[in-house]
Amino acid sequence: MYGLITAISLWAIPVIIVFISLYAFFKKVPVYESFIDGAKDGFDTAIKIIPHLVGMMVAISVFRASGAMDFMLGLLHPVLNLIGVPSEVFPLAILRPITGAGSLAFTTDLIQEHGPDSMIGRIASTVQGSTDTTLYVLTVYFGAVGIRKTRYALKVGLISDMVGFAATIIICMLVFG
Amino acid sequence: MVNLIWLFFILIGFIVAAVQGNIEVFSEAVFDGAKTGVTICFSLISVLVLWLGLMRIAEDAGLLKKLSILLRPVVRFLFPTIPKDHPSIGYIMSNMSANMLGLNNAATPMGIKAMEELQKLNLNKDTASPAMCTLLALNTSSITIIPTTIIAIRMANQSMDPFEIVGTTLMATAISTTAAIVVDKWYQRKALRKE
Repeated sequence: MYGLITAISLWAIPVIIVFISLYAFFKKVPVYESFIDGAKDGFDTAIKIIPHLVGMMVAISVFRASGAMDFMLGLLHPVLNLIGVPSEVFPLAILRPITGAGSLAFTTDLIQEHGPDSMIGRIASTVQGSTDTTLYVLTVYFGAVGIRKTRYALKVGLISDMVGFAATIIICMLVFG
Repeated sequence: MVNLIWLFFILIGFIVAAVQGNIEVFSEAVFDGAKTGVTICFSLISVLVLWLGLMRIAEDAGLLKKLSILLRPVVRFLFPTIPKDHPSIGYIMSNMSANMLGLNNAATPMGIKAMEELQKLNLNKDTASPAMCTLLALNTSSITIIPTTIIAIRMANQSMDPFEIVGTTLMATAISTTAAIVVDKWYQRKALRKE
């Protein structure tokens, strides 16, 4: 199983690239020309995202650096503590949907401090691995096509993050407890 | 809701910084954040150019069409508003496959390409369509089979068993994705009824 997983993550990208090009070649597609044709849109798309991402990153950066995030976490602590879960992992519930880099740094800290094989390390690893950064995905995906009115998309993302976090804690307590 | 969260972050940040007497942090954080936003976009350029090029080869060779025919029932269920054989389906499917394999930097360009195709079907160009919301929901909860980054970090920290979280991740991601689909369907039904 372990061998298989490492092999997949090692081989996936090379195999995909070679397979697509070779298959297309046999279908008589001018592979290089096709590549250039598709690739030329990449730059414009990336540039289109800048205003969206700058706007979002400014708000997140202020929220974190001012100490507002720590303040919010302090308010949540007593509530979450009642359930009997290691309180060290709580910040992840707020960090994970907001900032990918921030939550990865926090998870890495937890793993270094408590060890990867501790309950805290396992819960943090599972939270980090099982979901993506909701605000980032929303900003980039909608930003790229100029969507400004996001309707219910953010609500759906945040609700599923909360469900995922609760599920992670329950699952880890059951499996590793 | 995005408007509210944005305002909330900035306002609370201002109040906390002011009360704690370190308002100088505020402006520093603003410019840091702006710089981070641009840096991320620039690092996206190479990834986008590369994968959009490769995806065009796959499209021209008919591979994306094959993929969407293969997974038609899934698409019908998740995206009832997309017409049959629409080009967005192939991109949605490649986006989901890349997510499952933990290929984050391939998933983003494919997802963006799918959004562009969905935007062509969208009547209200500045408002997200139900199909766009579903695609977003699938990506924020992102079905992950192999969490590559976290396995690498566990290995680097001498875990006795770096892979032991693969099972729990799979369960957690299945639950959060199911929740995303259910909640999305609920809102979608409400939205479609209104239209």
